[in-house]
Amino acid sequence: MLWLPCSNCGRRPVEEFIFGGELRVPDEAIVDPAARDLDYVWMQDNPEGISTERWFHAAGCRRWLTVRRDTATDSDVA
Amino acid sequence: MIEEGVERRIAFRWAQPKRTYDVVIVGGGGHGLATAYYLAARHGISDVAVLEARYIGAGNSGRNTTIIRANYGVPEAVRFYGHSVDLYATLEDELECSFIHQAKGLIWLAHTETAMRAERARSLLNLACGIETVMITPQEAKGLCPQLDLSGGGRYPVLGASYHPRASTARHDRVVWGYAAAAMRRGVHVIQGTPVTGLLRDGDRVTGVETASGPIRARVVLSAVGGNVTALAGQAGVRLPIRTHPLQAFVTNGYAEDFGPILSDTELLCYASQTGRGQMLVGAEFDPQPSYSLRSSFSFLQSASAKIVHLLPFMRDLRILRQWSGICDISADFSPILGATGVDGFLVTTGWGTWGFKAIPAGGEAMAEVIATGRTPDLIAPFALDRFAADHLLADQGSTGTR
Repeated sequence: MLWLPCSNCGRRPVEEFIFGGELRVPDEAIVDPAARDLDYVWMQDNPEGISTERWFHAAGCRRWLTVRRDTATDSDVA
Repeated sequence: MIEEGVERRIAFRWAQPKRTYDVVIVGGGGHGLATAYYLAARHGISDVAVLEARYIGAGNSGRNTTIIRANYGVPEAVRFYGHSVDLYATLEDELECSFIHQAKGLIWLAHTETAMRAERARSLLNLACGIETVMITPQEAKGLCPQLDLSGGGRYPVLGASYHPRASTARHDRVVWGYAAAAMRRGVHVIQGTPVTGLLRDGDRVTGVETASGPIRARVVLSAVGGNVTALAGQAGVRLPIRTHPLQAFVTNGYAEDFGPILSDTELLCYASQTGRGQMLVGAEFDPQPSYSLRSSFSFLQSASAKIVHLLPFMRDLRILRQWSGICDISADFSPILGATGVDGFLVTTGWGTWGFKAIPAGGEAMAEVIATGRTPDLIAPFALDRFAADHLLADQGSTGTR
């Protein structure tokens, strides 16, 4: 089972967290502003491998954290 | 005429891959094989190769919970899935293959006034689109499913339900094999154990695929991939609004009594039906975090079995026989993405999330028409990828039976 490293609470089981999506920044390589908005709002990197994500520790300290996770094995990466 | 419940041997005619085809379909699951079948059967295009990384039906076509229904929540989806239900009704004769298609009816329980309003709205919308979904009382639900505890274990009392009589189940792997065999009889090449490692490009066009055993050129490449579609589409420069989440399910040992309907619950997010072997099949929501791992979890068994025994107390006495998972492409609006990608020579049928099995005939038929004629049929035009840019989303999360 996946455990996530919370900076306040230590390693906690994934059931305590809410997934908040990929940590993303608008792609400045896309010049057209509408196309950039479309990409930022809807499109996903959805990698099979290392993904940098936001998680909310709902049943713990109730703070947001950034986690690097390997989606191929569903395990966190230090 | 095919006798229900009789399984005949299915004859496959495997072929060696050529270097060039008219159409290459990546992914030998239900959607890829159905598209190949309809190309050959309806449009006379049999110069088609279906490339499968492992074996046909190894992905979600062989991992789903086999429910066929059309009680969706937006008109475009009701029409599309309704057509698929119609195609399934005659498919055993068309493919000359029994896949144990059984009409069961689906009961969708509501425990709150909010859920009752949602089910009433679903019922009215379905009826307006010509699909029968009616509201039933708790007593009528009990009549259809005598094992149901109307008090919901004291915690989730049943206020009512919507009932969709045409819902059915079928043996999923035989649907895949039936399409594969019927396509092969018409000259389609189905090639197993051949992962596609990349796309061939000529300028902006996609002109074929790269495989471990060399390149294969084609006029049209269709991605019917489940799970790894983001990476494949990325090779064509196509970005997709898709996250890949695992979905788990389990079956119990045999239940000696007859369990007639499919029982579903959007508030508890779980559903149950009885398989042809008599086992009770239980599914629930997909895992909250995206992942490509096929590992099953104990926490899923805990949460899903706790939910289902509130509704079906007899299941306390059954034992879990096996569990499995599949990786599902969940689109941002919980509707599929079909057709053109904006890149010449590259089409997709994706975003099938947890709702792909029921759509295999209609999705395959429509994609075959797109490939053969170059025109997108009205039935699937609303499901185009460009709906996200046009802000015409088909948000229908409440009809997926998942989260």
